[in-house]
Formats: sequence, structure tokens, C-alpha cells
Amino acid sequence: MVFEKDLNLDATELRLGLPASSKESLRISNKRALPDMNDDSGVAAAKKCDQETAPPTKAQVVGWPPIRSYRKNSLQTKKTEAETSGMYVKVSMDGAPYLRKIDLKVYKGYPELFKALEDMFKFKVGKYSEREGYNGSEFVPTYEDKDGDWMLAGDVPWEMFINACKRLRIVRGSEARGLGCVV
Amino acid sequence: MNYFPDEVVEHVFDFITSHKDRNSVSLVCKSWYKIERYSRQRVFIGNCYSITPQRLIARFPGLKSLTLKGKPHFADFNLVPHDWGGFVDPWIKALAKSRIGLEELRLKRMVVSDDSLELLSKSFPNFKSLVLVSCEGFTTDGVAAIAANCRFLRELDLQENEVEDHRGHWLSCFPESCTSLVSLNFACLKGEINLASLERLVARSPNLKSLRLNRMVPLDTLQKLLMRAPQLVDLGIGSYVDDPSSEVFSKLKTVIQLCNSIRSLSGFLEVAPCCMSAIYPICENLTFLNLSYAPGLQGNDLTKLVQHCRKLQRLWILDCIGDKGLGVVASTCKELQELRVFPSDPFDAGNAAVTEEGLVLISSGCPKLNSLLYFCHQMTNAALITVAKNCTNFIRFRLCILDPVKADPVTNQPLDEGFGAIVRSNKSLKRLSLSGLLTDQVFLYIGMYAKKLEMLSIAFAGDSNKGMLYVLNGCKKLRKLEIRDCPFGDVALLEDMGKYETMRSLWMSSCEVTLGACKILAKKMPSLNLEIINESEQLEFSLDDRLLVDKMYLYRTLVGHRKDKPEYVLLL
Repeated sequence: MVFEKDLNLDATELRLGLPASSKESLRISNKRALPDMNDDSGVAAAKKCDQETAPPTKAQVVGWPPIRSYRKNSLQTKKTEAETSGMYVKVSMDGAPYLRKIDLKVYKGYPELFKALEDMFKFKVGKYSEREGYNGSEFVPTYEDKDGDWMLAGDVPWEMFINACKRLRIVRGSEARGLGCVV
Repeated sequence: MNYFPDEVVEHVFDFITSHKDRNSVSLVCKSWYKIERYSRQRVFIGNCYSITPQRLIARFPGLKSLTLKGKPHFADFNLVPHDWGGFVDPWIKALAKSRIGLEELRLKRMVVSDDSLELLSKSFPNFKSLVLVSCEGFTTDGVAAIAANCRFLRELDLQENEVEDHRGHWLSCFPESCTSLVSLNFACLKGEINLASLERLVARSPNLKSLRLNRMVPLDTLQKLLMRAPQLVDLGIGSYVDDPSSEVFSKLKTVIQLCNSIRSLSGFLEVAPCCMSAIYPICENLTFLNLSYAPGLQGNDLTKLVQHCRKLQRLWILDCIGDKGLGVVASTCKELQELRVFPSDPFDAGNAAVTEEGLVLISSGCPKLNSLLYFCHQMTNAALITVAKNCTNFIRFRLCILDPVKADPVTNQPLDEGFGAIVRSNKSLKRLSLSGLLTDQVFLYIGMYAKKLEMLSIAFAGDSNKGMLYVLNGCKKLRKLEIRDCPFGDVALLEDMGKYETMRSLWMSSCEVTLGACKILAKKMPSLNLEIINESEQLEFSLDDRLLVDKMYLYRTLVGHRKDKPEYVLLL
């Protein structure tokens, strides 16, 4: 999206207008639009041309900042790829008649994920501690990892979790007590 | 030297390897010119339009290695329209027709077609090395031709090219008999490759020293490749994502410890930060670390990693390392010579990742620093003056403040004094890029002090023609000058027209140069090509001399106007 703005050929077309007065104002409006609007010396000129033409926003200055297109595209692709690809996993809850699916990439961490699960299945996760897992709750979030083992959700760092998690299962607290015990 | 037979002189010339020196040697006398040209094997051509392939071939029949550069530097930033030029095809065709035994071809910013690559691969039986940097116009089919036909290929190095990926099996095109690979870099290719073919290729390449993978190569393949090639000196990791508790990951940890020749590490195009600890054992010996394409690593991950890299000489990193992180670099990497800090989010001024503070820390901690590329959100004169006191060895100093006309935020002054201090104390400076709010004063300083300056990049700076004149008059060694959006016009352009014959090229865009002045310059100096690049339709019916020229590219040449110019280029 940003690049379409970058290739804003309108900015260059203006430049090749007739000489004399119109050229002057076109010239100024393209340059002076850039200085910091708080800069005293530039304020008067900037105000003047604000009225004449809409100054391009900083993101629209062609070829600035001077980064190779390859590099710019590559960072941009990573962003959009991260946005579009999605990491959908099935979520089941003991006693619920059907499963749901959620996109793990949407969440930035465990708190957000658990809030979403709580909303979806109408339960409360409870307080997490490393020693005892989720204490004081009826339901406990667990997941199946790449090795096929059922793990308590929340022990490992988030990045590791989303890469390892194949599906989620919200287990009744009474069954899950065994999982919570470390010793 | 006239008393020595030619063979002796030639033997002496064998020890003279730098292009500049060999060029000088050839100018001494006719006899030396002749000996030099027959013995010359490596030629560097900085502007492909300065000479024709036919003349090159005629002068250097023994040519083995050719380096060519095409588009002007600002093409990197989308300032040069598509199809402007820089085609390698006529060069390869001419070389193929001749008797030249080409072994190495290095291209930068050129347009390369699949047909050219195929012709190249079939025309030179001893072809060994292809290096393409920032090129475009080819697909993986062309790469496949190189793989398939160059029987003694040692080096295939693709850096930052725009390659259309046909997801073909280019990698599988390396024949089983190909065992000569020393360097393979395909990090810029976007498509999948045949992993099994890659493993087999690496297994049968005992001389492989440099391997840079693309993001389609997963961690478990990496582990297998390193098992086969523990002798690697340069490694570029593709995808580095796994569960640290997995078996594959522990195998990787083990095998990495065997790779104690690795001195250069790059890539991490996809990365899970929790896996980085496996890399720490090889960090101790690293001299080059490039994490500029690894946005998956946050500031703390970068800092933790850098703490292990005591021998680092070159570091390329993203600005999310932050000023604090740069402080860690400064206290750890005492051998650092080159630092490049790239913006992780070029258009978001929100997270001020690095500022003048980081640069000051680096300058005080790294006494050997001689090359800098630094993208930041702000800079102060005081900081630059401190940097100039701490570092007097700069050869390259490129500062890019993301807001192009930003003043010193503390004093609200332009950055003239800061840059002035830099040029005054760094007498060996060859390359300089300016940014921030700048007046004519900075150019006065540059003209006065930057006596060894060869390349200068200017944007949104200066007040009048005087600025450009200070530079043209003062910088005797200037070879490349590129200017955009500055108030420099006809007076500056025309004052010393002979100067441009001593330079490779001049680029001026969005300045105040008129068509009339360009015509005068072009008429007076037939040894220069003056191109006016105009994408608007208006040029057709408005050839008024008072018209401001949008983009002008001026370069010296021995062969007059080029025949392959597109319609929107006007050659005067």
C-alpha cells in the first residue's frame, strides 16, 4: 500500500509545468512541506503553501528513506505474510457439543489467548503458577504438541508455544490436577 | 625498465593487482600499454555505458574476469524508471562471439535476462564465477541454465536480486559430476527448492566454504547440511524455527559446535528467538554478523547474541537493537570496523529505535570504526562532534535521518557543524552521505576538508548554487556526485564543465536545472552523455529552455550516445 503512494508520479508531473510563478510555488510546496512544522523559520512558507497545494505526507516522498527496494519489499513481505497466513488450531472443551477453531497468530500472548477462550467457552482459566499450574479453576487449558504429548498451556514462552501447538483442549479441572503437579 | 624484455616487465605487472594501479601503468608509455593490455585479466567497468564490449574485447584479449555496473545508484531507491537501461545482453553476446575465455562475471544494478544467462552458461567452458548484485529481469530458469551447463562452477552468488521464482528445479540442475562449488548464495530466491537435491549437492562439494540459504530451507535441513559441511566459513541461515526441546534441535546444537570455521553469519530470515542459544558457541569466532534481514529478533535477543561476539569486525543489524543494545556492542566488539544499522520500520516514526546516543556510544567504544551506515530518528551537532573526536579513521560515513530535513532537536540548528567536524577530522573519508537540515555551510566545510572524497550523496540540503560549487571546486578526487531535491541550478552546473570529465557521473533530480543549461553543457562537452529522464508526457510539446529538468544523469563516455535508450530518455 505504501509503495503505491511512493510511486506518486503526480509529484513529478507538477514539476514540469510552465516556468515563472507557477513553477515557483510548485517547487516550494514540494520542498517546504518536508521541514518540521514546528520549525520557526519554515512556518510562514509552510502555511502559505498549505493553502495552495496539499503537501505530500512524509511517507509519500519518492525514494525516501534511501533503502534498497529489495530490502523494503522484504521487510514488508514479512509483515503481510505474518498477517495473512494465520495459524488455525482446533479447540475442544470437555462437555461442549462441538469444537471451535482459532487463529493463534491473532494473539500476542497467553493473556489474550485465554481471554478469547474464556469468552468463547464461557469459563474462567484461573491463576497460573509454575509449581501448581492453574489453581482454583474448574477448567485448564492444555495443548497437543508436535510430539503428540498433551501439555499444560502457559509453561513455555509464547513463540515456542505457537510453533509447537497443534490443537487445544480445555480440560475439566479435576482431571487436570495431575498435569499441574511438577513434583 | 626499457632494458628489460617484455616478459620480465609482464612478470612485474603480475604483482600489480589494483585496477587503479594497472590503469596508471598503462599510461606510462606505448610499450607498457601494450604489455599491460595483453597481460590484463581482470577489468572493472563502473559504468557500462562508458565503453562498448567490442572495444573492451579489442583491448584486453586475455580478459578472464569482468565487473560491470549498470544503473545509477539512486535506482536503488526507485528514482530511475523501469527499463532505463543497463542491459547485460549485448556484453554477453559480444563476449560469446569473441575468443575471450571468460571465467568470472560480476554485475551490479543490471538487467539480466534468462536468455543472457543461458548464452553465458554455454559460451565459456571455463566459466567459474557468477555474482549478481541488485540485478533484475531473470527467473530461476536462467539460474538453472547456469547450474546445468557450467561444468566447473565455483561460485554462484545472488545478492538482493529481484528474481521471478518459477519454483522449477534449478538446484537439481547441478549435475552429479559438479563437485567444484566453493560458494553458493541463493538467499534472495523466494521459492521452494528441492531439499534432497540441496543435501546431495552439499555432500558432493568438499570445497564448499560459503553457503547462504533462502527462507524455504527449514532448520532440520540446516542441521543435515552442517553435518555434511562442517568446514563452512560463511553461513546464511534460511528458516530458523523449531521447538528447542525437539530432537532435531539438539542435533543442531551438537553439529554447530563442530563448525568452528564459521567466521561469517547471516540470514535468520525466519526465526524463533528461543532457538538462538544454539548459535552462541560459534559467536566467539565471528568476524561478520548480518542480522539485517531478521526482523523476528527483538532488541534483547540481539543484545544477548552480540555479547558473545568479541571478535566482530563487521555488524549489520536492525535498529530494534536500540541505543542500549548499541552500548552493549560498543563494550563487547572492540575490533569493530564496520557498522550498518537499518530501520526495521522505515515509515513509522513511532518507536524511536536508535538516536544519536547509540552512535556516540559506538564511537567511544570502537576505536577501529571506519565504515558507517546509520539510519536514525534524530541526530545532534554535539553528538557528531563527539563522534568526530572519537573516530578519525572513517572511510565511509553515511548518516540517514529518517525525517530528511530534521534539525538538531536540542538546539534547532542545522547539522552543518556536526558534519563539518566529521570531515575535518576524518582525512581519509572517501564516501559521505548527508541528511538532516543542512545549509550551504556544510558544503563549504566539505569543499575545504574532504580532500579525499570520492562519492557524495545529498538530499534536501543547501540554500543556493554556492553549496554545489563549494563541493565541485574543493573536492578534487570526487568521482560520483548524486543530488536530489536541492536548490542547485544552472549557475552551479555550468561553472566548471571540465570537472565532469574527471568524474564518473553526476545525478541531479528535483533540483533547479533548466533544459537550456543542459543543452549548453551537452554541446560544450561531447565526451559526456547527458540524459534527461522524463516520465511525464509533457516534454513532447514543451521544449522551452526555461523548463526545469526533473532528472538529469550525466556521465563521461568514450563511445557517445547509447543506442538502447527508452523513449522517455532525452539524450542531448
